[in-house]
Amino acid sequence: MALLQIAEPGMSTAPHQHRLAVGIDLGTTNSLVATVRSGMSVVLHDENGRGLLPSVVRYHEDGSTDVGYSAQAMQSRDPHNTIVSVKRFMGRGLRDLPDAGSMPYQFVDAPGMVQLKTVAGVKSPVEVSADILKVLRDRAEKALGGDLVGAVITVPAYFDDAQRQATKDAARLAGLNVLRLLNEPTAAAVAYGLDNAAEGVYAVYDLGGGTFDISILRLSKGVFEVLATNGDSALGGDDFDHRIYCWILEQAKLSGVKPQDTRLLLTRAREAKEDLTFRPEVRITAVLGAGEMVDLTLTSETFTDITSSLVNKTLAPTRKALRDAGLEPEDVKGVVMVGGATRMPQIQHAVGQFFRQEPLNNLDPDKVVALGAAIQANVLAGNRSDDDWLLLDVIPLSLGLETMGGLVEKVIPRNSTIPVARAQEFTTYKDGQTAMSIHVVQGERELVSDCRSLAKFELRGIPPMVAGGARIRVTFQVDADGLLSVSAREKSSGVEASIVVKPSYGLSDDEITRMLLTSQENAKADMAARALREQQVEAGRLIEAIEAALNENGDSLLSATERAEIDEGMAVLRRTLEGANHQLIKDQIEKLNHISEMFAGRRMDQSVQKALTGHKLEELEI
Amino acid sequence: MAVTLTEKAATHIKNYIAKRGKGVGLRLGVRTSGCSGMAYTLEFADEFNDTDSQFESFGVKVLVDPKSLVYLEGTELDFVREGLNEGFKFNNPNVKSSCGCGESVGF
Repeated sequence: MALLQIAEPGMSTAPHQHRLAVGIDLGTTNSLVATVRSGMSVVLHDENGRGLLPSVVRYHEDGSTDVGYSAQAMQSRDPHNTIVSVKRFMGRGLRDLPDAGSMPYQFVDAPGMVQLKTVAGVKSPVEVSADILKVLRDRAEKALGGDLVGAVITVPAYFDDAQRQATKDAARLAGLNVLRLLNEPTAAAVAYGLDNAAEGVYAVYDLGGGTFDISILRLSKGVFEVLATNGDSALGGDDFDHRIYCWILEQAKLSGVKPQDTRLLLTRAREAKEDLTFRPEVRITAVLGAGEMVDLTLTSETFTDITSSLVNKTLAPTRKALRDAGLEPEDVKGVVMVGGATRMPQIQHAVGQFFRQEPLNNLDPDKVVALGAAIQANVLAGNRSDDDWLLLDVIPLSLGLETMGGLVEKVIPRNSTIPVARAQEFTTYKDGQTAMSIHVVQGERELVSDCRSLAKFELRGIPPMVAGGARIRVTFQVDADGLLSVSAREKSSGVEASIVVKPSYGLSDDEITRMLLTSQENAKADMAARALREQQVEAGRLIEAIEAALNENGDSLLSATERAEIDEGMAVLRRTLEGANHQLIKDQIEKLNHISEMFAGRRMDQSVQKALTGHKLEELEI
Repeated sequence: MAVTLTEKAATHIKNYIAKRGKGVGLRLGVRTSGCSGMAYTLEFADEFNDTDSQFESFGVKVLVDPKSLVYLEGTELDFVREGLNEGFKFNNPNVKSSCGCGESVGF
C-alpha cells in the first residue's frame, strides 16, 4: 500500500499522479539527495541510514561499478580505477589541471574535456558523474516509491557554461530530468531563508571539498536575489588535506611516494583535519608499502599555520564580491556557512573576524545545499501553491559580440539576473553586404582580443542594401541554468540564424578572475583603444562611402578643382589613420565631411530631381 | 465515531506543522477519482470551515468535511516506515475494496 504525504491545502494530487521531485547536491567530496516530504525538506538515506554518498566511483574490469563508501574504502588499494573528486574535471581540459601530475590517474587529453583511463575503458568526467547520479536516483525512487518527475541539481555559482552543460549531460545520462541547475549558495539561502524566515543581505560562504564560492544575496519577502558572486573553483577542503599531506612528507622525510601510499596518506590527512575540529592535537600513524612507519603529532596551531594562506585565499574573492555588490562587511546581516570544510575552527574564526560577527551554522553545512535544492525542486514540480516565490541568479561575466574594428559591444552586462533576454540592433558596414559574421564573446574588456571567444556563426542571405540599410536584430538569451543562446534576424527579409553556445570546455576560474582584474587595471588604456578603433572604423566608412559616390557621379557633379580637394582630404585622412591619435583622426573626419558637403548636397539634388521627373504631384506621397 | 491519529502519526504531524510555520491542523478527506472510485486527501489546514467536524488526537486537530466524514468514520491515521519509504497510512473500517496501490478505495 502506498504511503501518503501531507500536501499543501488544495494541492492534493490524484492517485498515481505524485509529482516526486528531488534536490541533488553533486559535490566534489560527497553527494546527497533530498526531497520535501509533508512540507519538510529531508535528506534521503541509504539502507544503512547514511545520508552522504562519497563522490567516489570504482570501475571493475567487467564494466561494473562501485559507488560511494565501498569505492572509497578501496581507493588506496586501487587508485587508478577509483575516481575521486571528479567534479574538478567537469568541463575541463588537461591544461586546466595544473596539479594533474600529483593525481594517481591516467589522464587522456581529449578535445574539450579530459578523460580518465580505467580498467573498464576510458571514462569521461560526465560518465563518472552520471554513475554517482544513478545511485542517488535509485535511492530516491526507492525512498519515494515511484518515478521522479525531475531533479534540481546544484552547481558552484562560478561554474561556466561548459561546466554547467557537462553537469546537465551527466544528469541526462543518469536518466534524470533536470528541472533546473541551481547555484549552490542560492540553494543554501533557500534552505536558510525559508526555514528561518530571515530578511536582509546575506553572505554565503561555501567551502566544499573542491570549490570555494562566496555569494552576496538579498532576501526579502521570500524573494532571493543574488547581488554578486565570486570564488575559486580550485580551492576546497581537499587542499587542506593536501597541505597536511605535504607536511607529513616533510616531517617524515619521505620522497618518491607510490600512488597507493599517496592515497593512504591523504586519507590519514583528511581524518586528522576532521579530528582537529574537536581536539587540540591528533596523532597520525601509517605504515607505507615499503614498510616505512609514519608516526606524527599535528597540533591545531601547526594546522592553522600551514593552512593560513589557504584561508586567506578565500578572503580575497569575498572582498571582491562585496565590492561588486557595492557593500561593506557591516552591511551583511548574516553569514551562512556551507560545506563540510567550514567546520574547521580557523575558518569559522577568520570569517567571523572578516564580517565582524559570528557566522550562522545552525543547519548541517554538509546538507544545507541539498535541502535547499529539494525545496526548489518541490516548487518547480508544482507542489506548492505560492507561485510568487522566485529565484534570481546572475551571470558572472558580461556577454557581447564583436563589432567592426575588433570592439566588444556588451549586450548583457555582468551580474545581470537570469533568466534574461536582451536584443540589440546592428547594421551592415558595406554597400551590398549579404552576410554578417556574429562573434559572441564573454568578458569585461573593450577589445575582442582581450575577451574570451564563445562562439561564431554567420547570418547569410541579407538582401543587398546600402551600408547601414539592413536592420539586424541580435538577441541574447540566458536561460535559468545560465546557458546562452544567440539569434540574429534581418528584419526586412526575415532571414535568421542562431546558435546555442556550447562553449569550448575549459575556462578556469582563475581565468575569469584574471579577466575581471585586468579589465579594471586596463580600464583607461581600454577606453583609449576603444576611442581609437571607433574613429578608425568611422574614417574607413567615410572614405569608402565617398569613393563609391565619386565612382558613381564624381565626374559629372564635380569640377576638377573640387575633385582634387576631396581627393586631398581623403589622402590626409588615410595618413592620419596610420597614427594612434584618435583626436587627430576625428578632426580629419570632420574636415573631410566639410569638404565633401557640397558634393553630398549635389548628389541629393540630383536624386530628388530624378525621382520627381515625369511624376505628377498627386502621385507623390508627401 | 471519531477519526483518530496514532501517537506516532501525531508526533510527525506536529513536527511538520511546526516546520511549516503555520497551520491549525490536518485535513483528511476523500474525493472521487482513482481506479477504485475514491481517493484519500491529506493536507495541512490553514483555517476551519463552519461545517467541519473537528477531532483531536495527541494534541493535533483533525478536520473532516461532512461529505468525507461518512467515508472516514472510525478511521485511524498511522505513520509507518516501509523500507526506505515512509509516510501516512489510513486504517479505515469502511473500505470494501482497494486497488493494488491502496491510494484509491471503494466503499
